[in-house]
Amino acid sequence: MIALPGLRAAREAAQLSVQLGITLLGLLAVTFFIGRVVPIDPVLAVVGDQAPRDVYEAVRIELGLDRPVWVQFGLYVQKILSGDFGTSLVTNRAVAEDIIRVFPATLELATLATFIGVLLGVPMGIAGAVWQDRWPDQLVRVLGLVGYSVPIFWLGIIGLLVFYGILGWVAGPGRLGVFFEDVVPTITGVILIDAAIAGEWEVFWNAVSHVVLPSAVLGYFSVAYIARMTRSFMLDQLAQEYVVTARAKGLSEARIIWVHALRNVAVPLITVVALSYARLLEGAVLTETVFAWPGLGRYLTTALLAADMNAVLGSTIVVGAVFVGLNMISDVLYRLMDPRAR
Amino acid sequence: MTPLIEVEDLRISFPTAKGSFDAVRGVSFTLGREKLGIVGESGSGKSLTGRALMRLLTPAAQLSAKRLAFDGQDLLQATPRDLRRIRGRRISLVLQDPKYALNPVMTVGEQIGEAFRTHHRVSRAEARAKTLAMLEAVRIRNPVRVHDLYPHEVSGGMGQRIMIAMMLIPEPDLLIADEPTSALDVTVQMQVLAILDDLVTQRGMGLIFISHDLNLVASFCDRILVMYAGRIVEECRASELHAATHPYTRGLLASLPRIEESRAELAVLTRDPAWLTA
Amino acid sequence: MTDTDWRARLLSDTPASRRQARLGQAYRGWLQFQRNRLALLGLGIVLALVLLAALAPLVAPHDPYAQNLARRLLAPSATHWLGTDEFGRDVLSRLLYGARITLMIVVLVALIAAPIGLIVGTASGYLGGAVDAVLMRITDIFLAFPSLILALAFVAALGPGIENAIIAIALTSWPPYARIARAETLTIRNSDYIAVARIQGASTPRILFGHVMPLCTSSLIVRVTLDMAGIILTAAGLGFLGLGAQPPMAEWGAMVSSGRRYILDQWWVATIPGLAIFIVSLGFNLLGDGLRDVLDPRKS
Repeated sequence: MIALPGLRAAREAAQLSVQLGITLLGLLAVTFFIGRVVPIDPVLAVVGDQAPRDVYEAVRIELGLDRPVWVQFGLYVQKILSGDFGTSLVTNRAVAEDIIRVFPATLELATLATFIGVLLGVPMGIAGAVWQDRWPDQLVRVLGLVGYSVPIFWLGIIGLLVFYGILGWVAGPGRLGVFFEDVVPTITGVILIDAAIAGEWEVFWNAVSHVVLPSAVLGYFSVAYIARMTRSFMLDQLAQEYVVTARAKGLSEARIIWVHALRNVAVPLITVVALSYARLLEGAVLTETVFAWPGLGRYLTTALLAADMNAVLGSTIVVGAVFVGLNMISDVLYRLMDPRAR
Repeated sequence: MTPLIEVEDLRISFPTAKGSFDAVRGVSFTLGREKLGIVGESGSGKSLTGRALMRLLTPAAQLSAKRLAFDGQDLLQATPRDLRRIRGRRISLVLQDPKYALNPVMTVGEQIGEAFRTHHRVSRAEARAKTLAMLEAVRIRNPVRVHDLYPHEVSGGMGQRIMIAMMLIPEPDLLIADEPTSALDVTVQMQVLAILDDLVTQRGMGLIFISHDLNLVASFCDRILVMYAGRIVEECRASELHAATHPYTRGLLASLPRIEESRAELAVLTRDPAWLTA
Repeated sequence: MTDTDWRARLLSDTPASRRQARLGQAYRGWLQFQRNRLALLGLGIVLALVLLAALAPLVAPHDPYAQNLARRLLAPSATHWLGTDEFGRDVLSRLLYGARITLMIVVLVALIAAPIGLIVGTASGYLGGAVDAVLMRITDIFLAFPSLILALAFVAALGPGIENAIIAIALTSWPPYARIARAETLTIRNSDYIAVARIQGASTPRILFGHVMPLCTSSLIVRVTLDMAGIILTAAGLGFLGLGAQPPMAEWGAMVSSGRRYILDQWWVATIPGLAIFIVSLGFNLLGDGLRDVLDPRKS
């Protein structure tokens, strides 16, 4: 059978989708299970503990708790897929609504941090590999070590102390100064973009002064990770035979590094960047608490402390789904970029 | 007429945990526009010698020589800029395995074109035309299709021909071939060698052919150097190989089977430790 | 016997007994390890942690729970080397007791997660087929979640508290060990001596426990040590969010959280516990790197 390129791509896409589906289903199974572990009786949470028996029974049937577990799971999956994450105890709104409202703030941080990570991390990693064992390399290694050891929330606090408290270079916690709230109409949910669209430059710069420190703190972790991986990949490439060939052709070192080696480094590096983005979502939870940043992380922790299970599980599913999605995207990108994998 | 290559007392050593390891110990030879074969087993220092001529050793290697010159130009004192002008343009290097020696994420056409454009200011279209012509010269039948292939999409033999095309496109005076056919099937070996021979002769180039295969070198080259443990133990014309004097060479010759002979056992090469310090 | 006699015996190429061979191997590993100064630093930090944690009741100058509101938020001084917190408690003493909690969390998580991962991984790799497929799917699903988020979700379900935090972290830590154990198992599954053991009639559990698992230990030890830094950071994160050890327990993350309010003027209350987390984390990372260089040189 002749394998047409289009057919093969379609088959691979189908395989990936099935894998994605199974993983997401598993994710839902885990959250479903966690929801069941809660020692609180969900019926009591709705009716209160003074309710008469028939009311209790009615609500129990309504919540589907009399059906066998797998039916309950099926109903749960159905609900989630239709976008119904339940209602939040804290905000009294649909969890899905809440998440749509707060997620852009987290995306803003994670995206800016990844930007910083790539812009600074890749050149640093290259420098570390090219000047191996000299000071750029030592710097990359130290940064990496610190990045793996320092608690992100503590770094954020120190950052606030130094850059806000002592030096006064940036604004304090929060996303926007109180005076500027609700001045700019919400289009994307990202204040920087919305303010630029509306032409409100005072709001824009205020937002910038607020986002600098939290994205820098998150960005540090991104830089440490990306620099370390870039260095490792670059060292691998510079030891390959094709580099000898390239030198034998008379190419300059610069061209060898930036054209030949980097193109090979880019392939696994894309995966690293996607992974870094996913890990930043995790770091955002703690960073948002430190900087009172109104994103998904803070929403999650507030829900946690109030035992708002719908909100907690809803947020977990979203983060988990994004994580899985990013992994899958990086897989696909890898295949597209490496001619050997096509 | 200045010889292409003049080497006098070349020494290459590497620092190891147990002191300095001398990989090449005082190699001297000259080369004109002829085909020189350097034969030796693994560890004899033949590859290092070849790469040293282009100053392509790893930074860890310590290189020294009384003289190392190409076409009269001193390679020991040459600046990196000088070296870059020489590499590719005057001296080229063909490596063993095209699977590893070519950049896997660039098309072969791109890599060949790059070799040309590094030394000649031409447009992309001109470089492409030159590349296609070169692919034809190495007897690749469908140059336009092959031009856009990636290294992993071509067979070993074709990959080596591509390497040769890439290294000869800037029209160098000397080609160093480091085990160019060792990774190929025997049948393909002969084809590739024939192409190499043709091109080198046509262009009047010098060739240094490094190999472990004494027979191959003898059939292909004009002169032969035999290396053992970092030294040259024998130097003779290929036609006079049977009259070689050094016991190592004689041992190598004796251990090669010949189809017309009737020995019951092949001779085993006995190594005299004196050769290490001679 | 003199020192040189001992060295000769340990390093001898012809050991007389299995014990001598094992000791010799350990000694050689140690020699290689101690050449790495950073790894020694890591070891030093970890040992200091263990020592201080063990001796905390003896070494701490004050009672970590004793409040004295008249002496709250004092700067570091001769009586209180690291100052006092918002309840007048001595920061140094709380730091030392916090070391006990940190150590306990790390050890318990390792003791729970590593065996789970080992058993799941070896069973999956050895038995193959449907068992492998199912177990690996489960592992993948756990790996699909960022570990902090998953730990948060578990703690939400179980309720805040240090025991629940330990369980939650352990539940998110075992998947990488399962992966490693499975990879190692796959490489030795078809080797001859396993086949011989089977022919001799050894049951599957016996093969797994007696032959396969011991071979996975060295890579697991490296991985567990390297993970400890991450476990400490996750535990501190949970503590910072108020979900780990509950007050008045002196957990480092919680100390950073409660000191946060006073960061601008009394910086030491939040800064010093965080520094402790950093140093201990660093120590485990350096130690893990050093162990990896000795036990798993191909991966460094």
